[in-house]
Amino acid sequence: MEIILDVTDLHIEFHDHDVPEVAVEDFDLMLGKGEIVGIVGESGSGKSMSALAIAGLLNRKSLKKSGRIMFDGNDLLTCDRKTLRSYQGDEISIIFQEPMTSLNPVKKIGWQVEEPLFIHHPEVTKPERKEKAIGMLKAVGLENAEDVYNMYPHELSGGMRQRVMIAAAMIGDPKILIADEPTTALDVTVQAQIVELLKRFNKERKTSIIFISHDLSLVNQLCQRVIVMQHGNIVESGKTSDVFTHPRDIYTKRLIAAIPRIDLNT
Amino acid sequence: MKKMQTSLKKNIRENTYLLAGMIITGAVLLLIIVGLFWMPYEPTMMNASEKLAGISLRHPMGTDNMGRDVLSRVMYGSRITLFIAIGTVLIGAVMGTIIGAVTGYFGGMLDEVAMRIIDALFAFPSILLALVIVSVFGTGWLQLLLSLGIAFIPSFARIVRGEVLRCKSMDYVENARLIGVSDLRMIFVHILPNIKGVMASSIMIGFNNAVLAEAGLSYLGVGSQPPYASLGKMLSDAQQYMFTAPFYVLCPGVVIVLMVLGFAFLGEGLARWK
Amino acid sequence: MIESPVLRVKDLNVFYKNNKSRFFSKNKKIQALFDVSFEMEEGEVLAIAGESGSGKSTLARAIVGINKDYTGQIWQKYENPQMVFQDPYSSLNPSKTIGWLLEEPLRVDKKKKWSRREIDDRVKEIMEEIELPLSMLGRYPAQLSGGQRQRVCIGIALMRSPGLLIADEPVSALDVTIQAQVLELLENLHKKHGISIIFISHDLRVVYKISDHVMIMKDGHVVEYGDTRSVYKAPQHPYTGQLLKAAGIC
Repeated sequence: MEIILDVTDLHIEFHDHDVPEVAVEDFDLMLGKGEIVGIVGESGSGKSMSALAIAGLLNRKSLKKSGRIMFDGNDLLTCDRKTLRSYQGDEISIIFQEPMTSLNPVKKIGWQVEEPLFIHHPEVTKPERKEKAIGMLKAVGLENAEDVYNMYPHELSGGMRQRVMIAAAMIGDPKILIADEPTTALDVTVQAQIVELLKRFNKERKTSIIFISHDLSLVNQLCQRVIVMQHGNIVESGKTSDVFTHPRDIYTKRLIAAIPRIDLNT
Repeated sequence: MKKMQTSLKKNIRENTYLLAGMIITGAVLLLIIVGLFWMPYEPTMMNASEKLAGISLRHPMGTDNMGRDVLSRVMYGSRITLFIAIGTVLIGAVMGTIIGAVTGYFGGMLDEVAMRIIDALFAFPSILLALVIVSVFGTGWLQLLLSLGIAFIPSFARIVRGEVLRCKSMDYVENARLIGVSDLRMIFVHILPNIKGVMASSIMIGFNNAVLAEAGLSYLGVGSQPPYASLGKMLSDAQQYMFTAPFYVLCPGVVIVLMVLGFAFLGEGLARWK
Repeated sequence: MIESPVLRVKDLNVFYKNNKSRFFSKNKKIQALFDVSFEMEEGEVLAIAGESGSGKSTLARAIVGINKDYTGQIWQKYENPQMVFQDPYSSLNPSKTIGWLLEEPLRVDKKKKWSRREIDDRVKEIMEEIELPLSMLGRYPAQLSGGQRQRVCIGIALMRSPGLLIADEPVSALDVTIQAQVLELLENLHKKHGISIIFISHDLRVVYKISDHVMIMKDGHVVEYGDTRSVYKAPQHPYTGQLLKAAGIC
């Protein structure tokens, strides 16, 4: 398998208090083309931090980062802003947990879906952009895409907004999609649909996905490989089925045991 | 207590605003407190032979057009200005808090009516409003204090009402209602302590506005009456001698600036308190 | 018919105003619950499950009396049902200490005047029940973790020994391992004191673990009600089946 992202020894430290706080330590991740890797952990485990670092979204001065994030022959940690910008939203996209706040409330859906195209591919003409955006909205399962194109975020439900987010993230046909708890704020039935959608994109477009979640059963459904994190460290990683059936680390065992078991036959 | 001290020390060390605010305000307060016990001269004592004198050992800030010692008058005047400002903020904050808390908490028609009245008051600049009230009550520093205080009520009421509305929708208020907390207890014990941060900074800003409003109104001649003078009154008396005796204008002006600056820094410092 | 009901709800229709009362605008009422009827046996755990907007929280709010705009009947055996909310970060007053918060229900008790001594004893007793060290009494909510806060919320609700406790998504905002601990605490309290609990959740796995009966709601209607195990085994309503499937249960 072709490796498209190679993270080695990623180390993130906060320096906004007297004592430096380590958020992520020795984080390694190799992501193959068309692969879905899950990062599992509880709040404060550093899973989102690692993802944000990969997306190049950690630029705060009080943060100290070290290690290497190799993508497309560049180290995303040290490359200049311009190179990083050229990847963000185009080659590497990210979707967040809160579909309510990650869309701009005063812009129409169409504008928000087109924005990455507008930034990264200014050569695309306006009608082409619109056509592509509507195609994308259809691809994420919004049937009345033409109407949605002219709507504002508040007119959509949570599930629809998350679909719009995915459409905006996928419009540049990224190599890597980072999904940071994309279904946590959604209802279960909608959750299942979003997971299906991600699966489909992964299959059809060979998009590699980093799926961050606290929900083990979702990760189990979606990911081929899983990384379990606790207190900024990777405590276990491997093929999802292996990790789930034979967890080695005590924390992984605890996580799995915390899922209420349902045995309908007894 | 000890924890409090270490946190104060730490804040002073890391918070430049707080430190600057404390130093400047401290200096102004020192001037006022010393003035309570000792002044170089009686602030009303005239000396015809020393009109508009420059800086000298006898008169560190010079003298005014009637030969009165400017330093003594500044010490006395800043006392009046501070007193009026504190009084104004006290009236505005206490009344505003009560009105804002009650209307925000109960809502409904009471809220609607009270807020429309406050909107109407907002339509006039507070100095104009104070002028109107002064013209009803007459001139003098007590009247000035009262009218400024009333003029300051609407802004405090607005701020408190907004904060109370925010807190009212929090789960802990509903939780408290479920355990049977009465309305008054809810407002004063459960909700108001949570808005002290916002209150602290609006009191600081309000205080500055009060100092400036007092100076402005005294300048217009409706504040303290001669021979006693607040800082604003001194400024207005001094303006015609701006070029012959610059220190006569500068000294009260600088004290006003320091007072406002000190409290602005203190407010900013408190807002950044960790 | 149930032998000793602790709660009886009959033909409940709940409304809410979509606008605060204003001078110049007509109030529009929106109906959030439609003809809800059920009974609850003393000492049981009844789960109310459904997705957002299904009306499950509205029902809870009507039962505890936060929302008074309803038609129909709500009969309760005990006064003063208590509630635990979803978000442990907004349900504790940030300017008060844990000790103060726990004492408050006793201070405002209209039925009984509690002496200082009695209050202290009761607080100690409750701290033991919710498995928190007494050293936490002096702390502020911000100094506690989510799980600890939710324990405090449960403690506050239990201070005056209510007959009915409504827990509205009490573990949804918590990490899974913490979730398991808080659920265990609720189960233990239920076993020990026989307190009746209405457990509101969107998580069907959690519901299965804790409840005796389950009521599935959708768009303000009850679509299914029954013994939890039988509902999970053989859901009658297609929506229930859909929910179970989405949760990966069947």
